[in-house]
Amino acid sequence: MDRGGQLRGLPARLGGGPLKEAVRGAELAAGLRERGFDFYAGVPCSLVAGLIAALESDPGAGYLAEVREDAALGVAAGAWLAGRLPVVVLQNSGLGVSLNALASLHALYGLGCLLVVTWRGEDGHDAPEHTIMGRAMGRLLDAVGVPWRVLDPARWRQDLDWARGQLVERPGPLALVVRAGTVA
Amino acid sequence: MRLQEALESLRPLLAPRAVVAANGHISRALQAVADAPTHFYMIGSMGLASSIGLGLALARPSLPVTVLDGDGNLLMNLGALASVAAAAPRRLVHVVLDNGVYGSTGSQRTISDRVDLAALAVAAGYRSSTRLATPRALRNQAEVLSGPDAAGPAMLVVEVEPPVPGEVVPPRVALGPRALRDRFRASLGAWES
Repeated sequence: MDRGGQLRGLPARLGGGPLKEAVRGAELAAGLRERGFDFYAGVPCSLVAGLIAALESDPGAGYLAEVREDAALGVAAGAWLAGRLPVVVLQNSGLGVSLNALASLHALYGLGCLLVVTWRGEDGHDAPEHTIMGRAMGRLLDAVGVPWRVLDPARWRQDLDWARGQLVERPGPLALVVRAGTVA
Repeated sequence: MRLQEALESLRPLLAPRAVVAANGHISRALQAVADAPTHFYMIGSMGLASSIGLGLALARPSLPVTVLDGDGNLLMNLGALASVAAAAPRRLVHVVLDNGVYGSTGSQRTISDRVDLAALAVAAGYRSSTRLATPRALRNQAEVLSGPDAAGPAMLVVEVEPPVPGEVVPPRVALGPRALRDRFRASLGAWES
């Protein structure tokens, strides 16, 4: 990978631009809609700016800009109880404030929700505020019972199929983790 | 007024409306006063009752939704006032049962005696916000807000007494979380989306 364009303090792939095989935000949004995801809320991260822009510009999808990640999870819980299939978009920094909602609401009641979580601080190549959460993220998701996998740009459709299948079969929270450069 | 009296006065805003009850004494008291399948008892996730109510209202705009919040719950997630006001769900009524304490943990004081919760809702953009201290006034307002012409989001801040030391609290929510989930979800099936 060409790291010539790497910016100080940013993940290698963020500074170097998207991966060659990156998924376009509009494609990912369409893929989610095709699989029945019909309620979107979140707090933004630059790693999924393309996805959020696509959701916001699609009147059929809509995107609720929330004030905090756990509030977005609360809204998603209400939407799921009312029959929707929700997606919450967040940066992993927002996972910290979301742990109680995940543990004592979504996991406890078994409420379906797909988290699209970005992975700032992966491998420690990022701004300092992201390094500790970047290291802890996977273990935190495991600890509160959120199954997760990294969104693979080469087989992202299968990853969405997995998420859809899990949510229908065994409602609860689950996460697709988005690395820098995965979504263009 | 007592919490139970407040809930009795709020009957026009309870089932068959969808009700999200905050964790702690509020859920327990609601279950004791008026249990119904359209009542969702939040047993954890303190602070998120209004967010859950907002999600219900956005997913089903025709569904009348009541959030039974507490002062401690609201103060924990004040940002929800902004989210609710910005989304402006017309059929959502947000009740704050304000007893000035964290009742479930031993009645430690909140700061609601020094913060005007009703004014915060107005400033955020709620269509109406009223502070009420008597069961009669509460009943009247609950009837108005349950009518078809009521324009939400509306806030009702209700002054209730803190628990008396030694007071017997209604029992914990009887159903388990999965059973509550299924009962509530099935009860909404009748509402058009």
